[in-house]
Amino acid sequence: MSTVEPRLPRSYLEEGFGLRSWLLTHDHKRIGVLYGIGITFFFFLGGLAAALIRWELVTPAGDLMSAETYNKAFTFHGVVMVWFFLIPSIPATLGNFLLPLMIGARDVAFPRLNLFSWYLYMAGGLFTLACLVLGGVDTGWTFYTPFSTMFSNTHVILVAVGVFVVGFSSIFTGLNFIVTVHTMRAPGMTWMRLPLFVWSMYAVALVMILATPVLAMTLALIALERLFGVGIFDPALGGDPLLFQHFFWFYSHPAVYIMILPAMGVVSELITAGARRRIFGYRFMVYAIIGIAVVGFLVWGHHMFVAGQSMYASIVFSILSFIIAVPSAIKVFNWTATLYKGDIGFDAPMLYALGFVGLFMLGGLTGLFLAATALDVSLTDTYFVVAHFHYIMVGGAVMAYLGGIHFWWPKITGRLYSEAWARFAAILMFFGFNLTFFPQYILGWEGMPRRYHEYLPQFQVWNVLSSAGATILGVAYLLPFGYLAWSLRHGARAGPNPWDATGLEWRTGSPPPLHNFDRPPEVDEGPYAYRR
Amino acid sequence: MNAHAHPVPEQFDDPVQQREAATLGMWAFLATEILFFGVLFAGYTYCRVLFPQAFAAASRHTDMLLGTIETAVLLTSSCAVALSVREVQLGGRRMAVALLGLAALLGTSFLVMHGFEYYAEYGEGLIPGIHYTQQGIYARGIEVFYCLYYFITGFHSIHVAVGVALMLAMAWRTWHRAFDPDYHTPLELTALYWHLVDIVWIFVYPVIYLVGRAG
Amino acid sequence: MMLPQASTVAPNVDHLFDTLLALCALVVVGVFTVMIVFCVKYRRGTDAVRTPARQHLGVELTWTLVPFFLFMGIFGWSVHLWIRLRTPPKDAQPVYVVAKQWMWKVQHPGGQREIDQLHVPVGQPVRLVMTSQDVIHSFYVPAFRVKQDVLPGRYTQLWFTATQAGSYDLFCAEFCGTDHSRMRGRVVAMPPADYARWLHAHQGTGLAAQGADLFRQLGCSGCHDPQSGVHAPDLYDLYGRTVPLADGSQVRADERYLHDSILLPKKQVAAGYAPIMPSFEGRIGEEDVLALVAYLKTRTHAAEDPDEHR
Repeated sequence: MSTVEPRLPRSYLEEGFGLRSWLLTHDHKRIGVLYGIGITFFFFLGGLAAALIRWELVTPAGDLMSAETYNKAFTFHGVVMVWFFLIPSIPATLGNFLLPLMIGARDVAFPRLNLFSWYLYMAGGLFTLACLVLGGVDTGWTFYTPFSTMFSNTHVILVAVGVFVVGFSSIFTGLNFIVTVHTMRAPGMTWMRLPLFVWSMYAVALVMILATPVLAMTLALIALERLFGVGIFDPALGGDPLLFQHFFWFYSHPAVYIMILPAMGVVSELITAGARRRIFGYRFMVYAIIGIAVVGFLVWGHHMFVAGQSMYASIVFSILSFIIAVPSAIKVFNWTATLYKGDIGFDAPMLYALGFVGLFMLGGLTGLFLAATALDVSLTDTYFVVAHFHYIMVGGAVMAYLGGIHFWWPKITGRLYSEAWARFAAILMFFGFNLTFFPQYILGWEGMPRRYHEYLPQFQVWNVLSSAGATILGVAYLLPFGYLAWSLRHGARAGPNPWDATGLEWRTGSPPPLHNFDRPPEVDEGPYAYRR
Repeated sequence: MNAHAHPVPEQFDDPVQQREAATLGMWAFLATEILFFGVLFAGYTYCRVLFPQAFAAASRHTDMLLGTIETAVLLTSSCAVALSVREVQLGGRRMAVALLGLAALLGTSFLVMHGFEYYAEYGEGLIPGIHYTQQGIYARGIEVFYCLYYFITGFHSIHVAVGVALMLAMAWRTWHRAFDPDYHTPLELTALYWHLVDIVWIFVYPVIYLVGRAG
Repeated sequence: MMLPQASTVAPNVDHLFDTLLALCALVVVGVFTVMIVFCVKYRRGTDAVRTPARQHLGVELTWTLVPFFLFMGIFGWSVHLWIRLRTPPKDAQPVYVVAKQWMWKVQHPGGQREIDQLHVPVGQPVRLVMTSQDVIHSFYVPAFRVKQDVLPGRYTQLWFTATQAGSYDLFCAEFCGTDHSRMRGRVVAMPPADYARWLHAHQGTGLAAQGADLFRQLGCSGCHDPQSGVHAPDLYDLYGRTVPLADGSQVRADERYLHDSILLPKKQVAAGYAPIMPSFEGRIGEEDVLALVAYLKTRTHAAEDPDEHR
């Protein structure tokens, strides 16, 4: 940068410093940061529960904690990670921060609603946390009836209320994103010029507003059944427990795409910037995103192949599950092809992105085993499933989230972190992750069921390896905490565009001013306009 | 105070964009609402297949007269709201306020009538989990029916209550000249919401009150 | 450690698994190789040729359609196997399983009872008819590659033919509460001769005979016997028949229908009869229901002494 830099306008971080200026802010960037803080908090809590689980599973006997505590620990892990970390992670943090920047808007369409949804998130989160810590719930995050309605003696209703409240937070975020993308794009920002990250946010928002209500009502029905002893899920009351599973997975399968679609969006940004090259097959990428979001609503029954649903229903859900694998495959091939003739640098965000592609591919391919009904009979409810969804959720979504945080950190904070530490953490995470979860595939194939407090001795070797990997993974997750915090004070100042990337967010200051741009930007070319 | 002075929030370029955003936001919200009720209707359908006879019998228990009056009341109030929007678009004010007041009144009377229904059902021992005294062949299925009945109508009544509050607020703002032919988005959106509440009821009415009486 | 292939379907399942595994490994190796080659060749600072990007419709369509057809192939294979897994052979021997927190209770047709153990003959198809007393459980025998959730209030079924004698792990695979991980057992597959000896040694009153006793004790016979003054179906030759119902529909009298007619008699009332039967829900357990069902299956005119119907 030249030395006679013109004085930049005040950044959003300098618009007031008190607690009030943060807690009452309407600025999408500050709300994004607030979400970031909340999410980090819940991530470490959920991680702590995971550590307890892995620690218990080092030995076959249930010697570290009682079965009851163990069951509460994995429920805690599931509930916190799914609803309070993964679902809001990329959309609420990076999405809130970046969406208006990327489309050249001053803010989201409904800033007050945006702040309100953060309060809902925190209120629901802290309430649930209190219930989980003070009493605990032992149903698993899936709340299967009639166990959750009639047999569990834990605080199911309170946790359902917490998740219900958080559901509204994600509905409002989704609503905000849809309206923002539709109505607030800068002049020249046509739909086919939107960065893939924006497309993925748009698709996710659709899924959020259409799927979350189903979960909310289902949880309300569970609460009703517990409170009054009447309802439609318990066979003893004349209901059907499979109905609950249908409702639950009608939300929870699309919820998986709420977690992974944003990750795909982030990685598309990271890979193009790392390879300094246009994304390969932009249109196909867009269609793949939309295709995944739509077909994602039609595959919920693949969670229920052995649950007692009809053989023919399972066949239909199986073929749809194979079909939804196609757009995911397209995305992996396109990311790989984007590297072709690129100008590839290996900064930390790129390492995360490449790690994501590898892990996502392993997770996605093992999904084929589970989509195949005849194999799913053996594999479902074993550690194979656990490994599969952790490859997608942790290897996929978390890697992408962290990659995104590293990529946009200079934009968010205006500072550069230590590149060497960041690369080290990314590589350590990749190895720690594989050591943790790859053995679980083998455990699953050999028949170890999930949610087991005790297990047979023949499974110990792989469990010990997995726990060792979890230790490495835990350390790797703590590292960014250190060097990112350090950078806040001591990091070098980032210019507006440290990565030399395209995209409107890089055309404004780092950190951006309150209303993002000095002059409203105009767009005259497609996304990823790298020279290559 | 003149509506022309209505400030456009800083995130928007102009009133047109603001209006577009608000309208689209409302439609997206309504889509969410449809999914909320959709689950209940799906549950209802499923249980009706499980207990066809009991559902028919239970449906005959409901108070069709009150249900029909309630339907008429809601439809009328929807009409009143639509007319009041039209009135504001044409520059009217007093008439619009009166129509909104009427709609709110009708909404309230809807709630009152529902209260009477619930009270009567309490007397008959038709409230599962609280006061349920049905015996006989279909007791179990009727219990499931009533369980869904309270959940669906209760959830709908919450929406009616919210709608009444919104319409009173809109009446207040209209009276204080907050709206004019150029700017009346909140009023329009309230009307949109009220129509949805009405449409949902149009589905509730046949599945609850009419289904057992056909044929 | 290799998992034993101890049932007729196990080798077929493994074959599909191995094929899919090989296919996936091929894709992984392929994509990783390409990625690494690109990453090395086009790393920043090399003087590789870098022409601007173009669109390649053909390439896109290729890697859309090729995976699609591969997936459909796998799907077809899997469905073929799935239908087999879900269709018990006609001659399969029924065994009744009741799951409850946290144990497996097994009853053989000959009256032999077991807890957390299941003895089966090698080479003979066995069909498990399962229900749960409380929450959802899942019957999982990894060595047989079979699993089926066990639900309260309905029967689910599972079949297998053991091919190797031995003792295999049985797990509950659906989370069912505190001691879920202790809800384990063994499935013992024995050569037919040993199995016959085992059956003989553990012989109890036959399940159907137990049911017949219950049928009298619970007072069922008071209404359902032909001599009774109450207008009630006599239940002879009922199993497998199509029953017209009061609401005009028809239902096949399978195990589930019999089960529900005992516990929830008002759910499906037979045409021509008043719905006067009291419910036995909460009064008898699932095991007794199974005994009654087993008895009703044998309640045929042919099987009973013709003298009784003179």
